Amino acid sequence: MAEPEPEPDDDLYELPAWSLSREAGDFIRIANPLPERVDREWALGGSTGKGVRVCILDSGVENGHPLVGPVTRAVAISVGENEEPVATDDLEGDLCGHGTACASVVHALAPEAEIHSVRVLGAGFSGSGRALIAGLRWAVEEGYDVINMSLSTTKPKFAEALHELADQAYFNRTVVVASAHNMPVESLPWRFSSVISVASHDEDDPFVFYANPEPPVEFFARGVDVQIGWIGGGSIRATGNSFATPCIAGIAALILGKHPGLTPFQVKTVLYLISTNVGGADA
Amino acid sequence: MTDDANGLYAAVAAGVLAAEEDFADLLRSVVEVARAIFGARASSILLFDEESDELVFAAVAGDGEQTLVGRRMPSDTGIAGWVLSSMTPLVLEDVASDPRFARDVAEKTGFVPSGMMAAPLLADEQALGVLQVLDRPKRSRFSLQEMELLGLFANQAAIALGLLNSTRRARAALDGAGDVAVVGRLAASLTRLEGPRRAAGLALLAQLELLLRER
Repeated sequence: MAEPEPEPDDDLYELPAWSLSREAGDFIRIANPLPERVDREWALGGSTGKGVRVCILDSGVENGHPLVGPVTRAVAISVGENEEPVATDDLEGDLCGHGTACASVVHALAPEAEIHSVRVLGAGFSGSGRALIAGLRWAVEEGYDVINMSLSTTKPKFAEALHELADQAYFNRTVVVASAHNMPVESLPWRFSSVISVASHDEDDPFVFYANPEPPVEFFARGVDVQIGWIGGGSIRATGNSFATPCIAGIAALILGKHPGLTPFQVKTVLYLISTNVGGADA
Repeated sequence: MTDDANGLYAAVAAGVLAAEEDFADLLRSVVEVARAIFGARASSILLFDEESDELVFAAVAGDGEQTLVGRRMPSDTGIAGWVLSSMTPLVLEDVASDPRFARDVAEKTGFVPSGMMAAPLLADEQALGVLQVLDRPKRSRFSLQEMELLGLFANQAAIALGLLNSTRRARAALDGAGDVAVVGRLAASLTRLEGPRRAAGLALLAQLELLLRER
């Protein structure tokens, strides 16, 4: 059974943001939500991801796919005149299969987590970087619990905006899980420490995942020869960090389903502590 | 450098650059080697055409090599489009079981593959195109080593594609009617000259350089 979680104290945020008086220190006592020993049973035992909103920032998600279930909400993002995100209800489904694939990996691990689709593809490649930023901005402002980003950009001009959004998500308790690049190029946003970055290992068990002692890639999850959902209600086998990423997003959804108040920092800590090569193998 | 300066540089360089056909041969050799190493049915390189926002088949080995080169599709459709936009490599198998996908790919390639590998071609922070390898034999499950190999080929293809792009820019500057085109033509003519005429040309240009030098 889960221990009762401390409720987040809303008054806390009314304190001055940049300083803390000696007296005020007593008012912001925070109960440590983590037990002395964090193991997999505590972290996610019995969790189905219920109550957790997972956003798939991708090519769209096929609603009602047998391996995905219902998509709670689907929007398509375009970029407005002032670079602001413009969201419209997305009736296209999935343009290429990739978003459905990511959603199916999350759903297999956290079957009761809500799947939300934020489509950032469909405006031509030339606009894809701006659409990615706009989509991430929209998703962060929407306050999702988890955002799965199995995509990246190599354009430095987007770095600042991406960095700000990753930090905004981090402070708003949105866990951003991003695919690491497995080619010798600099790309973003996976390199930011405010997100959780994921690359692939080639074992079959989705619950086998490793913390990387040599970041910037922080975790390795199942990403080789994975059975995934695809457009048309079907399924295929696929390989790529794209599919390792939703594996960690799904596990994060399980953790947050059981411990809703955890911050992205705490979720990453729990992931680390229950990683197969840290404490997870003992559980 | 400004665009003008880039164009000038490219135009002058064109005199000593290899012909576009040489780079097309290089691209073709990359897809041929990729196809051979993976034992695949076909391999292709798609070039991203910025002006039309489309992907264009630039080199093809195996099935479709007679018919596909030059064929275009919108830059954000299908697996190649996703790989380009997301800048992330991807390997899919058993895709033929999906009728939508099968039809989609068949329209582009002329046959229905059961599997495909695709990687973005990245150079200087730009996505230049996509490398595809279709129907690798299913002798074993896909491995991380193969993924790395795909990345290596993609890197090689990106370098070749980058060269092709700068040759095209150079040629456009040379063939163009812009102010700088004359410099490109001069450079090209000069490299073709030999003996005393070449020496005279070079001496003349040195004097011109002196004349144009800022005080």
